Amino acid sequence: MSAEEHVSALRVPLVTEDRTYKQISDDVLSTLEQKPSKAWIIAFLISASVLGIGFLTVAYQVGTGIGVWGLNKTIGWSWDITNFVFWVGIGHAGTLISAILLIFRQRWRTAINRSAEAMTIFAVACAGIYPLIHAGRPWLLYWIFPYPNTHGDLWVNFRSPLLWDVFAISTYLTVSLVFWYVGLIPDFANIRDRANTWLRKSIYGALSFGWNGSHKAWHHFEVLCLILAGLATPLVLSVHTIVSFDFATSVIPGWHTTIFPPYFVAGAIFSGFGMVLTLLIVARKVMNFENYITESHIEAMCKVVLLTGMMVGLAYGTEFFIAWYSANEYEQYAFINRATGPYWWAYWSMISCNVISPQFFWFKKLRTNMTFIFIISIFVNIGMWFERFVIITTSLHRDFLPSSWAMYSPTWVEVVTFIGTFGLFFTLFFLFIRFLPAIAVAEVKSVYKYARGNK
Amino acid sequence: MKKDFVIGIFEDEEALIQSAKQLRDKNIEIDDFYTPFPVHGLDELLGIKRSMLPYVTFLAGAFGLALAMGMQVWMSAVDWPVVIGGKPFASIPAFIPVTFELTILFGAHTTVLAFFVINKLWPGKEVQLFDQEQTESKFIIAVDKTKASADEVSSILKSSGALEVKEAQQ
Repeated sequence: MSAEEHVSALRVPLVTEDRTYKQISDDVLSTLEQKPSKAWIIAFLISASVLGIGFLTVAYQVGTGIGVWGLNKTIGWSWDITNFVFWVGIGHAGTLISAILLIFRQRWRTAINRSAEAMTIFAVACAGIYPLIHAGRPWLLYWIFPYPNTHGDLWVNFRSPLLWDVFAISTYLTVSLVFWYVGLIPDFANIRDRANTWLRKSIYGALSFGWNGSHKAWHHFEVLCLILAGLATPLVLSVHTIVSFDFATSVIPGWHTTIFPPYFVAGAIFSGFGMVLTLLIVARKVMNFENYITESHIEAMCKVVLLTGMMVGLAYGTEFFIAWYSANEYEQYAFINRATGPYWWAYWSMISCNVISPQFFWFKKLRTNMTFIFIISIFVNIGMWFERFVIITTSLHRDFLPSSWAMYSPTWVEVVTFIGTFGLFFTLFFLFIRFLPAIAVAEVKSVYKYARGNK
Repeated sequence: MKKDFVIGIFEDEEALIQSAKQLRDKNIEIDDFYTPFPVHGLDELLGIKRSMLPYVTFLAGAFGLALAMGMQVWMSAVDWPVVIGGKPFASIPAFIPVTFELTILFGAHTTVLAFFVINKLWPGKEVQLFDQEQTESKFIIAVDKTKASADEVSSILKSSGALEVKEAQQ
């Protein structure tokens, strides 16, 4: 990023106020050097309590068995997998911002990539809870891995998409975590070198791996980031593709469609950006990051939401068209039942939240109005939850034999567990903004001259 | 073994690049730069080779790919073949997703480990700094004292706008 590079004066600067390099560090790192604010403590305690209640609920269902869920003979999969897909999807925006936008050299990503990646990791952790509980006996969860065993060396079934999920999610979680950590190292070094307490110096010193900013190391660092981005890009696309295979490789009408992989990936990015907007609109205000996470960052994310929202809308339409065109009455019924059957309200909630609500972002006035964007981002989160619920539950509840048709509603255990995962997500997020640099300091500095344009 | 360096501390990256160019014009070898963020255009001045990391990624990825495919075929078709849905024992297309994921898994993690090994970074390593602010706002040129005349280096560094020029061990 040479300083001579031309930047048009017409472009809105990425950082909206003049800063020295030292001030950039001050702005971002001062939050973790001060005593926590009252608001932070209250917010943290609330989310930790919700997490605690969620934990007790999980303990209850593990102790009692997952018969405490509202599932029945017809609907063998519902809230558990809905919430699993919901959380995995949310994670996708972080990798998109950190990897795909890195490859496309989108410099605006530098201010938001750290928090979006954190969100990815926390969301995937929330998702991981569901297979863990669903296994019924979580202490035997290691059975899902192909390890030499005493069951006569009976191996796992490599033809099953659920097993592909095991590999996809574990690769995704660990690679995202490592990618995130590597990016944190230079910032840890910065915290270490400005620390004025022994404790902070030694903790961040240990975490910083002895980083001293040597250019020889920076050279490898940049190559490493590019490689990890290059690996994470197909990885993130593969993860939701494989999640969609859980459904697409089955023979259930409404699930058995080839459009699922791209449709799920677009939906995942859509929901992820919805969640990034929800979090960052609040965080930039509370943490005084408005000069770094600027209006134009938020606006750019709104455009991604608009685009992916339309892709999802196109997928809904295509599914309907293909159901009709297939001339398969079961397929046709599955879709007509979605829109007009007993779960019509879920279907139309999905359509209004995912297809209609992002259309407001065509207007610049609306996509720069923070309150409005915040509300729409909540709608996007709700809509994408409903999308998974609609796909999963409505496809199952009326199967081939009308005598076994059934309805599903969640029990309190499922509801509280789902709320508990939000507790986990926000507990981790609050710890993150308190103890880690929420903006990638070194990266913002590296684009700072470019970001200030001709000024 | 500690080495003696002549170091110049600069306020921004442009001054650093200008000064480094002057040193290179006089054929003075620069040992390393220390900067708060990756400054572009320093690779040539340092005369370093391209990073080896992409080769590591390729080899590790290829290993992960071979391991995954080999493991799945051996477990499903050789060690304990089980008929599942009438599919062939070695269902190669169905083995692609796991193969793909393990390729990425091995490629990514091995590359990160190689990065730490090449740069000699490890958890809890004692840091060596020339200046307390080199990870925040100061830009440093370090020249090996045995490879150039200290006086000449200091005068170039000073005349090209260094905030501070000093000799240091590291």
